[in-house]
Amino acid sequence: MSATMTTEPRQFPVSMRVLHWLMAAMVLTMLGIGVAMVASLSYYHRLISIHRPLGILILIFVVIRFVNRRFSTMPPFPATMSSQERFIAHASEMLLYALLFVQPLVGWGMLSAARYPIVLFGGLHLFPILPHSVMLYAALRKTHTALAYLLFAVFIAHFSAVLFHTVVLRDRLLSRMALGDGVGSKEY
Amino acid sequence: MPSDETPPAGNQPAPLSVFSTLARLAGVGVIILLVIAGFLYLGGWFNPHELTPARFVNGFQKVFGIHSGFRRNHAKGICVRGFFESNGNGTRLSKAVVFGVGRVPVIGRFSLGGGNPYASDDPEAIRGFGLLFRLRDGEQWRMAMINRPVFPFHTPRDFYDNLIASKPDPKTHKPDPKKMVAFMASHPEFAQAVKIFQSRPVSSGFDNSTFNGLNAFRFTNAAGVTTPVRWSMVPVDAFKPEGTAQSANLDKNYLFDDFITRIHNAPVQWRLILTVGQSGDRTDDATIPWPADREQVDAGRLTLDAVEAEAPGNCRDVNFDPLVLPVGIAPSDDPLLSARSAIYSKSFTRRAGEKKEPSAITPADVRK
Repeated sequence: MSATMTTEPRQFPVSMRVLHWLMAAMVLTMLGIGVAMVASLSYYHRLISIHRPLGILILIFVVIRFVNRRFSTMPPFPATMSSQERFIAHASEMLLYALLFVQPLVGWGMLSAARYPIVLFGGLHLFPILPHSVMLYAALRKTHTALAYLLFAVFIAHFSAVLFHTVVLRDRLLSRMALGDGVGSKEY
Repeated sequence: MPSDETPPAGNQPAPLSVFSTLARLAGVGVIILLVIAGFLYLGGWFNPHELTPARFVNGFQKVFGIHSGFRRNHAKGICVRGFFESNGNGTRLSKAVVFGVGRVPVIGRFSLGGGNPYASDDPEAIRGFGLLFRLRDGEQWRMAMINRPVFPFHTPRDFYDNLIASKPDPKTHKPDPKKMVAFMASHPEFAQAVKIFQSRPVSSGFDNSTFNGLNAFRFTNAAGVTTPVRWSMVPVDAFKPEGTAQSANLDKNYLFDDFITRIHNAPVQWRLILTVGQSGDRTDDATIPWPADREQVDAGRLTLDAVEAEAPGNCRDVNFDPLVLPVGIAPSDDPLLSARSAIYSKSFTRRAGEKKEPSAITPADVRK
């Protein structure tokens, strides 16, 4: 006979945790490449050659992640979080999903509007998704930069909040997303 | 933490002292600041003197001013269309589909060096030729060539320093000769390149100019063998020297107008000549010519049969980025290549969003 206890899970499901850390690495790399490539003459070409396929990979992953999230049971917020904090945490999570979905599309769209070939690897190209228009390109190019700064700001807010909970409040918020079971982890 | 503190009950950690709370808060703050600083460092914020694409383009704007909607360099130009017929000889060096026997459509742009889109044609001005091959499945080959056999600058910094040194003096309207002499003295490769330029007669027009890709590229064939290659477009029209009378021509667009007359008369053709480098030939320095006896492969014939004024959607709105390459052609270790790609892109982004003014060569000028 199985125990029919309906206690909520202590952690996010493994799939969500793995996707979270994979994407954290990809998005941080992407932000670093983005800010470096626009300022570099020598590394511009090498960096943009990674930037394009990595952006498309993030687009694919964010869709998988969003669908996966819909079918997952999530652990509760720690008791240390007020309803206001919970609302902000949830809203910023949704904003991150939205940015990670829109930003690659803006990148793809702006290259389409400029009629650059959108090369992923070797001969693998993406089709253009917008008509040839340099005015449209210029607007999307500006949007791409603005969204990148916004994404960075939301990442910093998310990172700060988790650090604060983990180091100051010590409410084991992070253990919900830990790759291990989070039980044996030392209390800081 | 003091060791005699009572262990936390359940999930509640022991409360922290005020000092400990502050220290931990400070630690969090430091970590956040370090992450932000790391990103600022990557973005070049701590290196205000390092040359970036934006600073390079600002250099052109300082010297030539801002001409809304125009390229920051090679601002004056016209659009052309035609096709390239490959004879198959290039497949020995590169598996790029463009070298298989057959015909591919091209669009191109002839231009004069400098950031003033309304400058008078000058026989000594650098003639530019941007070209875009439309290959199958959306693949492209873009190139930007000039009518000089070598490039006078080894690094982007050399180019930039020369650009700034050549800024006309507000009084004389000419570059300060002292600055030019100083640049020449500190850059022997530049002096050498100028000597090569001066030793060659200038041709009479775009149609009989040889255009050179200058930078070396790595060609890889179907067997996986990689060879360093430089290429040129060699005119089918016979060489005619620039006439002395021509230089005093009253038509300030005479180079473009002559080309328009020429192409209306009959299509204009070039041969794509691939020069095969050998081990030891410099691929990272476009100022150094390769030995004259290097093997040359005639890869096919370029035919231009239509000309247009710059207009929305045509060559005006194309960035002839030399690093848009088909599979089978890759960049060499020449530091100019990535820099050209970055700077062209920056110039393109700036002009793309600006109000477009009519070009010097208007639709009325290109009519038969």
